Amino acid sequence: MTTMTIAKAINEGLRAALTNHPKSLLMGEDIGPLGGVYRVTDGLIAEFGPDRVVDTPLAESGIIGTAIGLALRGYSPVCEIQFDGFVFPGFNQITTQLAKMHARSNGNLTVPVVIRIPYGGGIGSVEHHSESPEALFAHTAGLRIITPSNPHDAYWMIQQAVECQDPVIVFEPKRRYWLKGEVDVEAAGTAQDPFKAHVLREGTDATIVAYGPLVPVALAGAHAAAEDGRSVEVIDLRSISPIDFDTVEASVKKTGRLVVAHEAPTFGGIGGEIAARISERAFLSLEAPVIRVGGFHMPYPVAKVEEDYLPDIDRILEALDRALAY
Amino acid sequence: MGATHLPSTEFDGTAVDDQLEADAEAAMGEPPAQMVQLLGPDGKLVTDPVYSKYAEKLDAEKLRGLYADMAAIRRFDVEATALQRQGQLALWVPLTGQEAAQIGSGRASQPQDYIFPTYREHGVALTRNVDLAELLRQFRGVSNGGWNPKDTNFHLYTLVLAAQTLHAVGYAMGIQRDQKFAAASDPVGTEPPAAVMAYFGDGASSEGDVHESMVFASSYNAPVVFFCQNNHWAISVPSTVQTRIPLSNRAKGYGFPGIRVDGNDVIAVHAVTEWALDHARQGKGPVLIEAFTYRVGAHTTADDPTKYRESAEEDAWRAKDPLARLEKYLRAEGLADDAFFAKVKADGDELAAYVRRTTHDLETPDIRTAFANTYVEAHPLVAEELAWFEEYSAGFAGEEPAGQAETEAGH
Repeated sequence: MTTMTIAKAINEGLRAALTNHPKSLLMGEDIGPLGGVYRVTDGLIAEFGPDRVVDTPLAESGIIGTAIGLALRGYSPVCEIQFDGFVFPGFNQITTQLAKMHARSNGNLTVPVVIRIPYGGGIGSVEHHSESPEALFAHTAGLRIITPSNPHDAYWMIQQAVECQDPVIVFEPKRRYWLKGEVDVEAAGTAQDPFKAHVLREGTDATIVAYGPLVPVALAGAHAAAEDGRSVEVIDLRSISPIDFDTVEASVKKTGRLVVAHEAPTFGGIGGEIAARISERAFLSLEAPVIRVGGFHMPYPVAKVEEDYLPDIDRILEALDRALAY
Repeated sequence: MGATHLPSTEFDGTAVDDQLEADAEAAMGEPPAQMVQLLGPDGKLVTDPVYSKYAEKLDAEKLRGLYADMAAIRRFDVEATALQRQGQLALWVPLTGQEAAQIGSGRASQPQDYIFPTYREHGVALTRNVDLAELLRQFRGVSNGGWNPKDTNFHLYTLVLAAQTLHAVGYAMGIQRDQKFAAASDPVGTEPPAAVMAYFGDGASSEGDVHESMVFASSYNAPVVFFCQNNHWAISVPSTVQTRIPLSNRAKGYGFPGIRVDGNDVIAVHAVTEWALDHARQGKGPVLIEAFTYRVGAHTTADDPTKYRESAEEDAWRAKDPLARLEKYLRAEGLADDAFFAKVKADGDELAAYVRRTTHDLETPDIRTAFANTYVEAHPLVAEELAWFEEYSAGFAGEEPAGQAETEAGH
């Protein structure tokens, strides 16, 4: 076991991927000598050279589009999008090209491209630097979307994304980049399926599903609820597409109540999808409606009021209260 | 003429002729003076200090081959249009008028090169040995890509305009790395150098992806040839709305050569493309070719050009027909006789019959293949939905499949 931050874990995971897969390469803005604006690629260009750690022109469609071409030639590109809000110039390439290439070629072509996107708020930043656009991508068949919440997952999930033959978007919880935790770098072979959810805390009265930056908030909420004598189960979803509904369903069949929390706006979001699926799969086990906790239906607000926008422990406790009131 | 149409950028040491450029801008809409032409509409050869030597490599047999290819793809185009009118195809995208641009450039490519077409490049497909009946799958609605690009190095058609120009540059970046890694492990090297060609049109030239692809190609000196067929019309919008300068001039802004070539002159297109692909394969970087041509027919079988352009304009371009001018030349030089042209016509009719016959037989896929091909690796949601679909479908066992009766009644 080694203790490291999420940012360092991704850095080490990328180093391992570049070492183990000679045809993998990194591309993005400022990822070379600077090491990325969050230093996630720090030191990699010195180790692997500019052909494998590629500082690109400032053009997101160009990054994704050329990554697709590299993948068609047999490479496994890992693209860094600098901030969540800047992925949209590349949205066309991701949704109309990358996601569909395997299907439209009748399975003849594969495009194992990985796209890393630091996402979410809570960093007091300017416009377009704090968004959670995962639902926009989850709606597109052909993509896989994962989001680690801790250093151990970050280290392994980025490597698993590189190995996956499908396109994978890795949403990285940027406000947790400096969160420290234990990483078992010897877990190769026993590393857990990146597309499965993890039950982080067992409970009997209600279930909270969260992912990425809200996992520590959900755990803190469950801890606080326990002081009031409520036993709350917490699930780290880990994968947003596909979603491990089996794990959520099993939990809800035990607890009877479900709260889903994410930073993204609740309308049209992942929480709604989980609520719908669980109502189909576990209707008779539900003691209360599924409650969603998330952002409001507004552009991400200015930094000085983002604390009012972002779900915190109290918002999660309020949702638990509502669920438990039935 | 002279050397003024030579690739001229501040990077290759050739001076830029500002006056000529200004003249070309003023004359936009008409072929400017620096357009490369080796065979005029009158069927007479034109001498060019740079490209004539490439044209000399085209012996009589190769010239006859270029003619036969152009005639074959024109016949195919007529047949596909007819198949659409008969309801056998949902849509057709005619290429008539652009045969020289496509056959000339496609025939200049080598097997190890990789081609990214838009969706009108049926002539290029022919030169890459794509089965033309397979090519119709997409337009019959039975596949989104009827051939395996790995077999022919001819990528699937791309319908979101210009998206493929970036794929082409990325592919070229991959070739660069392959060559570097190969050189490191085997200094002698047996693999022939390869280049990539990206086809797009005057309309697509306005897309941001074209800009980004040229920036990336330039930054990394990627072995890619941008082949722009300026056919003058993006559906109903004339090329003057897309650009106020010759499109080939845009290359200058990216720091690589841009050449305008008479796109109805198969000899010039072949020569210029051969030069450009050599340039790219030798590691000298990207080239933009603007093939100045004309979409004689409609944008698609759903289009009506009478609503936006004059027939006189179409007639003026018909007078520059790529097949007619090569026929004139071949006959005048005694390189082809009546028997040759009769054979070409007979071969075309045979191709048309083959395509007609095969189109009818193109199999409708099972939607299960769509479930299977959405992801490479196992996916629980796809598996769950497929299982539901199987169960649901089983409920109709013994009944006529939904929609079938309706389709058959329509015949």
